[in-house]
Amino acid sequence: MARNTARPLSPHLTIWKWGPHMTVSILNRMMGVGLATVGVLALTLWLVALASGPEAYKDFMDLATGWFGYVVAVGLSFAFFLHLCAGLRHFVMDAGAGFELVTNRMWAWGSIIAPVLLTAGLWLFIFWGMI
Amino acid sequence: MGSGTGLGRVRGLGSAKSGSHHWWQQRVTAVGNILLVLWFIISMVRLPVADHAAMVAWLASPWAAVPMALLIINVFWHFRLGLQVVIEDYVHGGMRIFTLGLLHVWTFGMGAYALFSIFKIAFTGAPA
Repeated sequence: MARNTARPLSPHLTIWKWGPHMTVSILNRMMGVGLATVGVLALTLWLVALASGPEAYKDFMDLATGWFGYVVAVGLSFAFFLHLCAGLRHFVMDAGAGFELVTNRMWAWGSIIAPVLLTAGLWLFIFWGMI
Repeated sequence: MGSGTGLGRVRGLGSAKSGSHHWWQQRVTAVGNILLVLWFIISMVRLPVADHAAMVAWLASPWAAVPMALLIINVFWHFRLGLQVVIEDYVHGGMRIFTLGLLHVWTFGMGAYALFSIFKIAFTGAPA
């Protein structure tokens, strides 16, 4: 779309001091895109391999339980938990609550820290079960 | 009438009235995703063995196949709405049309493969 360069632009991203609410916002979007691409591909390949028979499933699981598979799986679990926590934060803000500066900052940090703990907890539980 | 100005409505530049519907569906599918994906993660972690026979036996049960099909529909619906907003924010002009088309192919293509695989196992796998 052509822009009239004689007109001023409204102040945008560059004038704001970066804060946790902006971090969780862009992380939420990035994790959503990651889940919709890498996550959907992994989930669909898993189902197709499962429906294709034991050989195809073994090939999939060999890849999934190698170092590459674990990196993707840990990444996807973190992406899910962050998208979950940031989404729950959105539900509160959609109701018009939690916009006070201190409250908003606290829940923004919470939405970043909680997924780290949840991811660590999930994988500790998985490996605990394997031992 | 929409919430645009009178002039905007006359010019056909007012609200298309699909924005709040899009927004609301995003929230409804988000709630569904919380339940379905947590169910999926807990089910996976609780399975004692992860070999092919055990997985097929699990997914062949109606108690797994139906929630799994619902998960695919709900998750794919949610990500299609979300990626559409991302594309509309960052991609412009002809590329936007192309990328939105690609999003449709991705959503319905992968969705069809996922659902077909679930139903194949559900209808031909070991009985529950």
